[in-house]
Amino acid sequence: MSVQNKKFTGAKAVLGTAVFAALMTGTALAEPALIYDAAGKNDKSFNEMAWNGAEAYKEETGNSYRDFEIQTDAQREQALRRFAQQGQSPIVVPGFTWAEPLNVVAQEFPDTHFAIIDSVVDLPNVRSVLFKEEEGSYLVGALAAMKSESGTIGYITAFDFPLLQAFGCGYVQGAKAVDPDIEVLQNFIGTDFAAFNDINTAGEVGRSQLERGADVIYAAAGAAGEGALQAAADAGKYGIGVDSNQNYLFPGNMLTSMVKRVDVAVQDAFMDELNGEWTSGIVSLGLAEGGVGAAIDEHNQDLITDEMQAKLDELTAKINSGEIEVHDYRSDNSCPVS
Amino acid sequence: MSARQPLPNWVTIVLMPALNVLLAFIIGGLAVAIIGENPLTAMWALFYGAFGTGMGWGFTLHYATNFIFTGLAVAIVFKAGMFNIGGEGQAYVAGLGAIMVALWLDQTHWVFVLFGSTIAAMMMGSLWAIIPAWLQAKRGSHIVITTIMFNFIASAFMSYMLAQVITAPGANAETRTIAEQGRLPLLSDWFDAFQYSPLNITFFFGIAALIFTYVLIWRTKLGYKIRTLGANPEAARYAGISAVYVIIISMAIAGAMAGLMAVNEAVGVQKRLVVGYVHGFGFVGIAVAFMGRSHPVGIALAALLFGALYQGGQELAFELPAVPSDLVVVIQALVILFTGAMGEMFRPLLERIFARRVNPAPEAPTTAETEA
Repeated sequence: MSVQNKKFTGAKAVLGTAVFAALMTGTALAEPALIYDAAGKNDKSFNEMAWNGAEAYKEETGNSYRDFEIQTDAQREQALRRFAQQGQSPIVVPGFTWAEPLNVVAQEFPDTHFAIIDSVVDLPNVRSVLFKEEEGSYLVGALAAMKSESGTIGYITAFDFPLLQAFGCGYVQGAKAVDPDIEVLQNFIGTDFAAFNDINTAGEVGRSQLERGADVIYAAAGAAGEGALQAAADAGKYGIGVDSNQNYLFPGNMLTSMVKRVDVAVQDAFMDELNGEWTSGIVSLGLAEGGVGAAIDEHNQDLITDEMQAKLDELTAKINSGEIEVHDYRSDNSCPVS
Repeated sequence: MSARQPLPNWVTIVLMPALNVLLAFIIGGLAVAIIGENPLTAMWALFYGAFGTGMGWGFTLHYATNFIFTGLAVAIVFKAGMFNIGGEGQAYVAGLGAIMVALWLDQTHWVFVLFGSTIAAMMMGSLWAIIPAWLQAKRGSHIVITTIMFNFIASAFMSYMLAQVITAPGANAETRTIAEQGRLPLLSDWFDAFQYSPLNITFFFGIAALIFTYVLIWRTKLGYKIRTLGANPEAARYAGISAVYVIIISMAIAGAMAGLMAVNEAVGVQKRLVVGYVHGFGFVGIAVAFMGRSHPVGIALAALLFGALYQGGQELAFELPAVPSDLVVVIQALVILFTGAMGEMFRPLLERIFARRVNPAPEAPTTAETEA
């Protein structure tokens, strides 16, 4: 019943054959789609940010979109193909694990537009959105070092792979830029993607860092990060959130959040298609593009002194002008500082 | 309470699980109705998605192949009276062997890739199973605990290997992809009906594994030893059967079975190894083995059912976006609950029905018992 309805609702029914023609040529009138990574839609972090972007598109334009959660890796190609066959475009996939399946399916549907976040698929119909996580992390690292009284700060992340190392490496660089003697504790929560949801272990790791003297903790671990932020707040210390602006979680104990605007990437992809302004190729979103940054709002502005704000502005300007070049861990799989 | 009445085999193996599955679907349907969707539409979308098209069949059989391997890994050891909870880790570590050999040989021909990665996967899976087996046999460390712990070790070890050691350049936590000429043939290369489905040549290994297991358990001396140890360890010892030998060899075979999943999933379909590629298939194997009563025929049917649930669930989520994917998991969980944990629920009822038919009154000394 609703199987049938699905096909004939909205603009498609009204425009009839015109839409069919448009779908055949892959132009603007298709419905966009979003397929989440393994952690699923409601991960309070990366995937949820992507969903927020799609929702923002829906609110702004009144247009609908399709989304989907996968259960196994074999479903990646299947889901991409299903949406492409239905004429969905663009199809946005957040997460680097999508690179290989997308590489296969995007070649089968050269008239459909695809966007991948956090990885590069070099095809004429694919937009690859990369974030300069190291730049945003550099700023929050500098803030952490300025806030710290103990001379020890912490970095907690899900598990050990280059993308998350890039967050940590930027953080350490920023902290050392302010205070060369600062000690940065770095710990992993787990060993696979489940770690992104392991709030309890994140809390344990956070408490362990606090006991070792850390008084600011940067938790770059998706939904799990909240456990570490909670631990910091309970101890009267400071936490730094990630991806979305998490400052509201523990007002007074959240120093800042390293925002990574996955939502903007998704919304832009949807809007560009709608406006007929689609571009393929690599899009790199750093500090200058507003893709990453340190969030200051009513929940944490009391914690940021004028001096810290001035330093923040100075570092931002220097990164944007190229005077400071933040090393990207992924460029050579190593970090110059630790 | 009277002793268990013997039920005809087809009742135990077919009718009882079928009733359990039916009940699971009825309750799952109620959940769908509560959300406000038509349960019949949902169940039809699930069924049609799994069996309605060649592609659906292809996916269903592909998942079923995985479940056959992980199910047998539990069943063989269960026949020896133990629980192998480590299929997840055994399959994961086997992925390392399989992909390394596949990437090493992928410039040659897929035949070499297939057999090379199969041998490597079985060896690695066995290795990961033998250690807990040895600890159980020689040191008395409970195998349930050790195999669970080995799943964690496998996860940590593999994520280290994938993110630090055998990572593809520029990738985060996966290996490079197998070159074109080294990829295993898909059944869709030969039968157009399976178009786009991942069903590959490893499917035949799955069937071979079922037959192998039947012959092993019921037609060989080793199988007799395995069953004897499982039925009565004391009797087995009295009969001169070495428990150490049987435990280690049965776990080694089980680990090899779990390892074959790596050939099907990692080498055959994803053509590379990614972090967490097993995705809980090892744990579902436990449910498959229980539902299949640890018998190859039962396991084949149970694997097919779970394959259908995975594929049909995916299609259901596509066709009825209002049904959240969590509900698909709920339906899968209900099937596990009713076939596994509450698998014997219908036995008293069935005993009452069939005991009368099987034992006609005159020659039935147990009638009084049955009535009691």
